Amino acid sequence: MAADTGPAVSAGSAGLDARRWGTWIFSVGIWIIPLLWIDVVTYMTLTIAGLTMGALLFLTASGLTLIFGLMDVLNLAHGAFFVWGAYAGFSLLNYLNTVGWVEMASIGPSAGSLVLVLLTALAVGALLGIILEKIIIRRTYGNHLKQILITMGAALVMAEIIKIFWGPNDEVILVPAAFQDSWDLFDIVVNKFRGVAIVVGMAVFAAIQIVLQRTKLGIIVRAGVENREIVQVMGYNIQRIFTGVFAAGAALAAMGGVMFAIFKEQIYPGMGDETLIFALIVVIIGGMGSVAGSFFGALMVGLAFNYVAFLVPKLALGVNIMIMAVILLIRPSGLMGRK
Amino acid sequence: MAEPILSLKEVHTYIGQHHILQGVSLDVNAERATVLVGRNGAGKSTTLRTIMGLYPARSGRIELDGQAIQHRKPFDIARLGIGFVPEDRAVLYTLTVEENFRLAMFRESEEGRRRLESVFQLFPDLKRFLHAKAGILSGGQKQMLAIALALVLDHRVVLIDEPSKGLAPVVVEHLGESLNRIRDTTTVVLVEQNFYLASQVGQDYFILDDGRVAHQGLMEDLVTDHELKQKYLGIG
Repeated sequence: MAADTGPAVSAGSAGLDARRWGTWIFSVGIWIIPLLWIDVVTYMTLTIAGLTMGALLFLTASGLTLIFGLMDVLNLAHGAFFVWGAYAGFSLLNYLNTVGWVEMASIGPSAGSLVLVLLTALAVGALLGIILEKIIIRRTYGNHLKQILITMGAALVMAEIIKIFWGPNDEVILVPAAFQDSWDLFDIVVNKFRGVAIVVGMAVFAAIQIVLQRTKLGIIVRAGVENREIVQVMGYNIQRIFTGVFAAGAALAAMGGVMFAIFKEQIYPGMGDETLIFALIVVIIGGMGSVAGSFFGALMVGLAFNYVAFLVPKLALGVNIMIMAVILLIRPSGLMGRK
Repeated sequence: MAEPILSLKEVHTYIGQHHILQGVSLDVNAERATVLVGRNGAGKSTTLRTIMGLYPARSGRIELDGQAIQHRKPFDIARLGIGFVPEDRAVLYTLTVEENFRLAMFRESEEGRRRLESVFQLFPDLKRFLHAKAGILSGGQKQMLAIALALVLDHRVVLIDEPSKGLAPVVVEHLGESLNRIRDTTTVVLVEQNFYLASQVGQDYFILDDGRVAHQGLMEDLVTDHELKQKYLGIG
């Protein structure tokens, strides 16, 4: 075939580029502009706190965006996976404390405890995700209203089961000893666990990107996000891929839950509700189905929340809604979402 | 006469409340190009999608080499050896051309890589844009890619739905040449509104009308039967 060889050029691409640039300029502005009112040391401290919050939000939001992007499922039970992961980690940390691992100041037992806790949360989240997808979610494909109702119901049931097993009260979650104190970097105090959280968030982002961009599995998932029908007629069992992605999303939420709990040093049955709202905001800002969009969206939300909480505390919660509104006005598909 | 490779017997398909296929029966012979023609809404695309399992057949039987496939899932039907090129240049726009091919090679093998080389001989442009996102290809190139994706595996039958839709006449001309070369090595079932292309590629034909097969025969006979063409296709 020799004819018609030139690649297509979209007539509206210039306008689209302007909108894309607009969103990125706005995003970078959120990072830079607070320097006008905040001294450098405080700014750096707030930035690290913001990056930590962003990294933790990303863990939860990445699963949500994958589930929505690939499966078109509005999963309001995502916060419940977050809480189950937190409580599973809480119980394991309590157990590890009885054998002396958590309180040991050396890095080995502390890091070992954290790795075990994260793996347990991942396993619990994945298992619950598989169960929920097989029993409930797959009966509601294609019907958003049913999905909202049934996943909200599932979230309530899962939260009540938490209360049966662990009780309704707030608990203090243990922090492995090696991550309890802080580093002092040029007068900027950095809590060690915050550093760990940022590293874990970055590592998970890198791992997801490698899987999505470099592996056959990633190609299948990305293709499924774009067009499920084509994937099916090429011989792939999309149902099995759905279950796997749902389980992966739930596992990431559960890992986010235990990381968030350790970060806050607190755990309670309703902790998933607040995070679910943040995660939804992040997913919308980043663009439905875009993991990279969720990553940058989460950082934006984390940073803006911390800067504004310092400058105008009463506006801290509302600022993320404002960011979402501005991004959607400039680019309705979000930072990196498809049109 | 040899047994047909693909056979539909009294197939009924509903989309929602609408009874689209009302007892379609047709046989596709191996190593032939069979064309389904008919007016808009006659049930041509629905027939292909029912064969692929994308629309469930409510009753009737679909056989591939004598094996019933009407209750199987689309991925299972694809694995049994039926390739499908949906209409509207169905490629993955956000993947590169290379990634589209990797995806299409459900079973990656040496044989698959050899077939890929022969696909590149058929559509050299695709090799040139191997690392480009499929979304930036022109309409004709996207259609070539969509067809090429169904050729990288050794399918026993390839179903192609309206490949000429929205393409310029010169591109349709080249598409016809490519489909003729594909026809020489693979059993093809083609749904096509463009009668010129259908007649260039097709060897056997079925005319669908109101969800039923109204007429069938050899394409060379249909080409000269102006009364039949006028009655069912609205062309003289």
